[in-house]
Amino acid sequence: MEILQLLISGISQGCVYGLIALGFVLIYKATEMVNFAQGDLMMMGAFFAYTYANVLEFPFVIAVLATIATMALIGVITERLLLRPMIGEPHFSVLMLTIGLGFILRAIAGASWGNEPRSLNTPYAGGVIDLNGVILGYENLVIMIGTALLCALLYCFFRFTRLGIAMQAASQNQLAAFYVGIPVKRIYAIVWGISASISAVAGILVAPVSLIDPQMGFIGIKAFAAAIVGGFGSLPGAILGGLLIGVVEQFAGLYLPTGFSDVSAYIILLIMLLIRPQGIFATMQQKKV
Amino acid sequence: MRFVRKTHYYQDIQLFRHGGQVFWYALLGIVITGAPLVLSDFYLGELSLVFIYAIAGIGLMLLTGYTGLVSLGHAAFLAIGAYSHAWFLSQGWPFLLSLPCAMLLSALVGGVIAVPALRMTGIYLAVATLAFAIIVEQVLIHWESVTGGFRGMMVELPHVAGLELETPVYFYYFCLLILVLSLLVAINLLRSPTGRAMTAIRDSEISAESMGIHLAYTKSLAFAISAGFTGLAGGLLAHKIGYLAPDSFTLLTSIQLLLMVVVGGLGSLHGVIYGAIFIGLLPQGIAILRDYLPGIIARIPGLEPGIFGLILVLVLIYEPLGIHGRWLKIRSYFELFPLYRRATHKRQRSYLRTERLR
Amino acid sequence: MSLLVASNLSLAFGGVHAVEDVSFAVETGEIFSIIGPNGAGKTTLFNLISRIYDVDSGRIEFDGRDISRVPTHQIAELGIARTFQNTELFEQETVLRNLLIGQHVHRRTSLIEELLFLPRVRRQELDFRKDVEDVIDLLDLQHYRHQVIANLPYGVRKMVEVARALCMRPRLLLLDEPSSGLNPEETDDLAFQIEDINEELGITIIMVEHDMNLVSMTSNRVMALADGRLLAVGDPKAVQSHPDVLKAYLGD
Repeated sequence: MEILQLLISGISQGCVYGLIALGFVLIYKATEMVNFAQGDLMMMGAFFAYTYANVLEFPFVIAVLATIATMALIGVITERLLLRPMIGEPHFSVLMLTIGLGFILRAIAGASWGNEPRSLNTPYAGGVIDLNGVILGYENLVIMIGTALLCALLYCFFRFTRLGIAMQAASQNQLAAFYVGIPVKRIYAIVWGISASISAVAGILVAPVSLIDPQMGFIGIKAFAAAIVGGFGSLPGAILGGLLIGVVEQFAGLYLPTGFSDVSAYIILLIMLLIRPQGIFATMQQKKV
Repeated sequence: MRFVRKTHYYQDIQLFRHGGQVFWYALLGIVITGAPLVLSDFYLGELSLVFIYAIAGIGLMLLTGYTGLVSLGHAAFLAIGAYSHAWFLSQGWPFLLSLPCAMLLSALVGGVIAVPALRMTGIYLAVATLAFAIIVEQVLIHWESVTGGFRGMMVELPHVAGLELETPVYFYYFCLLILVLSLLVAINLLRSPTGRAMTAIRDSEISAESMGIHLAYTKSLAFAISAGFTGLAGGLLAHKIGYLAPDSFTLLTSIQLLLMVVVGGLGSLHGVIYGAIFIGLLPQGIAILRDYLPGIIARIPGLEPGIFGLILVLVLIYEPLGIHGRWLKIRSYFELFPLYRRATHKRQRSYLRTERLR
Repeated sequence: MSLLVASNLSLAFGGVHAVEDVSFAVETGEIFSIIGPNGAGKTTLFNLISRIYDVDSGRIEFDGRDISRVPTHQIAELGIARTFQNTELFEQETVLRNLLIGQHVHRRTSLIEELLFLPRVRRQELDFRKDVEDVIDLLDLQHYRHQVIANLPYGVRKMVEVARALCMRPRLLLLDEPSSGLNPEETDDLAFQIEDINEELGITIIMVEHDMNLVSMTSNRVMALADGRLLAVGDPKAVQSHPDVLKAYLGD
């Protein structure tokens, strides 16, 4: 029973990691940029949801939609202002830039909402389902369902829509994509918009189970580990990596000495990099000469 | 513009290329050695901190700027150096034995951690070092018998041959001495085959390998040397802050170190010095700035990291070569005046092509 | 005596047979060219010899020693140097430093000596420099000595790459399409330089090349490949008029 209970909370936590990891992977897949500020975008999403739902007292669904729209806008603006000048620069510079962006977002959030933790009002707060002794909170249930839906949506997007396919093309060869008429720059902006909205969803989903504060974006680093464990650049890998890390963390918290739970994500990451650096779903290849 | 007539190949190897350089560096040396005569203890302390940052920066520059391996976890090596030095001292080791041992230990850990990192490039390596740093931070917190956990750890006062090194003036000179030696060693490395092998790896691994450069060995060597310098800086830093706690060595510290080499200018030792001055004096600048800002903004808790972030972003977008790069441009503007053209230093952009399969 | 003997080399990527059952021998002192249409497996063959790829089956002998399992970085120490099809230079370094890196295999100093820059290291640096200057003179690169690679035109880069390979003082030099991207005059110069390298320095050369003029001007023997298989080996004229070779280039 206890194991099942741990598994469930692990999966729900893992879904959150997975969702943030999806944002990473999406941007990486389409632009080959690594966005270290993904966790902080999630934090911003959670704060906007808090503002719309608690402060302005919008109906919940409206608040969710407003949050997604706001974050999409922020994503596009970020791309336009900060990332567009970096097209064609080394990956390392872009990585550093997004780290800087993360610090800026944290400072902005601290300035706008303060440092005290807040909690988000949701219509589904507090409810539980009792499955023969295993307790499943509504919040956790919503996280799982939300993640599943989002994954299905993204899969269809990349598989079937012209825009999704164009995005993949743009990532593989900027010049060639441009020559066949794909507006590469506009696509990058759209990708950042989508990725920021995904992190907004992650923020809304995670807000009821953890509190909202400017530092909550740090779980983005764990999500990043998840993305790498799954094989950077693979969407199902991101979710799988997230689930793996979420579940292991729960078990490490119960069975191993204190401290291990916090670092288990990174230990998994290092082990993974040792035995299979390309991740569960490999997407890298050697450079050709 | 200066033309140097070369009559011997050694002129391309020696430390100073021409008399002008000798003059300026000598002047700089006199100013720095004379500084304690005019500066107060507070400013000497700040300058010592700049020297310490510069030593750590040399380490990171060799790794990131010259070998092309990004580390997001260099605070870990700073921590290892600081804690092991403090621990050795508390065991009664003499200072002059403890500091080199702390440096060697740090280098050893660097070399070992590099082994799993060898097969990774770019982003993977960056994240692996980040994970390593977080694990080290947790070890510092939980290994209470040695590190004192959250309570922290006192650092014993440094005494060398009866000299009380904790007095700001002596500490200033000691840090300066270590910095000059470190710079010399770094320059020596860079003008000899191993240093060239490192830069070769940065520019093309496949080509370096076919030139007979052992990738795994050279990369872990670069890691070890880099960690050694940073550990040495950590040992000095332990005395500067006097009391070690895990929150002195966080992700923010690692980012600060990276910010230093990026703002200073990647791929140049001058850049390290500029970057160290920048990082060392920035907190003072922010503190002064706070007095002038309206109260609400000044009281933001994350203001300092936020400003770090902002500067990092601006530098990356507008001057990717950092302060050193800007200095080179200004210098060539005056040398070529009035013939300088902006296009001389125009950045070459490359179109991105994936190295991925899908 | 044969310097390089390849017997029954095969390599497949997935289901594609990039090189299939290829055997040949290169004699000491000759210029041996490999020709063939795109995708024939010429560069793959180079990558096998320089140990960037592992062979699936077959063996490669260099100077009587099996090298098909030697680690990649030791190939240079054995005396095999190569250039790359699209140049793989150290872009942010000067020509001089690129060439000095070519001398890496001759380094005799230890890390500690280098960190202290002892007189031994200094002497070695000066020796390296002299050797580098010899190569610079041979290939006429004097003007570019202190220039950064990223600022050089393509033709010069190609020559720098050849120079870097020569700095290794190899016994066998692999040139991967040395003339691609060069204009006709540069290609003519290249032909003479290849002959100089071969005759003055006594280096055996294997060359992948599309320019038939250059091939027939310089090569002692030619090998034609198509679809990973060997079609013909022999003197340039005979190979060029070989019916299988014509068929591979012109179709049926």
